[in-house]
Amino acid sequence: MPDENKKHSKPKSTSEAGFPGAFEGESVTRRRFMTGTAHGAGGIAVAAFTVPALGFALAPVFEETNNPWQAIGRLEDFDDQNYVAKTFTATAGVGDVGKSTVYVRKYNAEVDGARDEYNAYIAISTRCMHLGCPVRWVAASEMFICPCHGGAYDPEGKVTDGPPVRPLDRFYTRVKDGLVEIGPRFSLNSEMKRFSPREPGQPIEGIGQYIYPSKPTVRKLPGT
Amino acid sequence: MPKLKLPTPPGLKAPPKRPSENGHGDERGKLQEAGVSAVDWIDERTALSGGARWLMFRKIPRGTNWFYTLGSATLFAFLAQAVTGVFLAMYYEPTTAGAYESIRYVTNEVFLGELVRGMHKWGSTVMVILIFLHMGRTFFWGAYKYPRELNWVLGVALLILTMLMSFSGYLLPFDQRSYWATIVGVAIQGTGPLIGPYLADFLRAGPEFGATTLARFYAIHMLLLPGVIAALIGAHLYLVARQGTTAPPWLKANEDPELRRDEI
Repeated sequence: MPDENKKHSKPKSTSEAGFPGAFEGESVTRRRFMTGTAHGAGGIAVAAFTVPALGFALAPVFEETNNPWQAIGRLEDFDDQNYVAKTFTATAGVGDVGKSTVYVRKYNAEVDGARDEYNAYIAISTRCMHLGCPVRWVAASEMFICPCHGGAYDPEGKVTDGPPVRPLDRFYTRVKDGLVEIGPRFSLNSEMKRFSPREPGQPIEGIGQYIYPSKPTVRKLPGT
Repeated sequence: MPKLKLPTPPGLKAPPKRPSENGHGDERGKLQEAGVSAVDWIDERTALSGGARWLMFRKIPRGTNWFYTLGSATLFAFLAQAVTGVFLAMYYEPTTAGAYESIRYVTNEVFLGELVRGMHKWGSTVMVILIFLHMGRTFFWGAYKYPRELNWVLGVALLILTMLMSFSGYLLPFDQRSYWATIVGVAIQGTGPLIGPYLADFLRAGPEFGATTLARFYAIHMLLLPGVIAALIGAHLYLVARQGTTAPPWLKANEDPELRRDEI
């Protein structure tokens, strides 16, 4: 058996295989070498334009985003009972298209839990947490209502009805020079624990926080 | 009189005339001869007539009926979308400031603009309807079975690409409806586990609907997807021509008594 194997084993060099004009110790035929070179050169040429083009198209996914703090109103514009709608720039550089609405009121110790440095004012995003339609505050029924698929939220932004998967997102707020400013957005679970911002439609309850991990580019709260 | 050399089924072809026999007729004959020689000139260099004959003069099964035209109808809907889309692109401006205004201009000011845009808008719906009817015909006729499974797979890919065309085109008028529909559509992409958030970022070119989102959708809608669709339609048609069409399921094959004989 070993003998048979030896008989069928590949020749180690072209001279051993009996190619005419073979060089001493030449292990690859010249035809094979040329084929490999041509394929390699073609592969490099294709990669030279596809890799940068793909990187160019995919770059926005990996770009760090930093929403600067922006003023949305004076201190006396807000009270701790009613929501006031304010517009802010969610995306800079695209004019009106980049504007979005935020509902703002003052911190209310009865409903808002512990006071910390970022919730002197409560700024609630209008993005419905079902699929991103704009909710509006209906003062008469004291609810946030989404026009698209019937999502409804209580005054704290907790889901009371419809398909939304988590409470309405909020923005960090601070007071500077007598103006209320809003900063980055964050998401909340049903116990109103803060999480790094997620997209609408992504639950962060239970397993949700693991199958929809926050993107590193927007992660502000480590571990969430 | 010279005979125009259109692709003819083999067997019906008359032997070609010698050059000396041509060219002595009247004006009409000369004109025909010129046309024939032009076609001949091309065919001699490309041998396209063989391919055209292969594509057009195929055997089709007994019982072929109007339902078999749904695929061609879908193809024509695509061609109509392609042609009207090219002309709409001459006016369209894919910027957040100019998109709505350019569509308004096409609809209200440009001669026949309303018609061309209307054809593109309603034609997209027609194409989706036709593609589903075509798919239903293929399914209920059992035409997806061996050896046509690969063509079914290609067809499903074309269906998905058509849906992506509808989705990416919906944003382009850039009115309230298309803006919010795109927000919702991208959020739906975002609900895919693990990669969903990144897919949404890719579509929007960032975490929020931004300056380049519209341009990105425009490029996907008019450059990327149509190219892929055209290539796949070519492969789809090639397989149809190569494999032929199936007979309707209610027609049984004629039994050959020879095959029923016991002796071997």
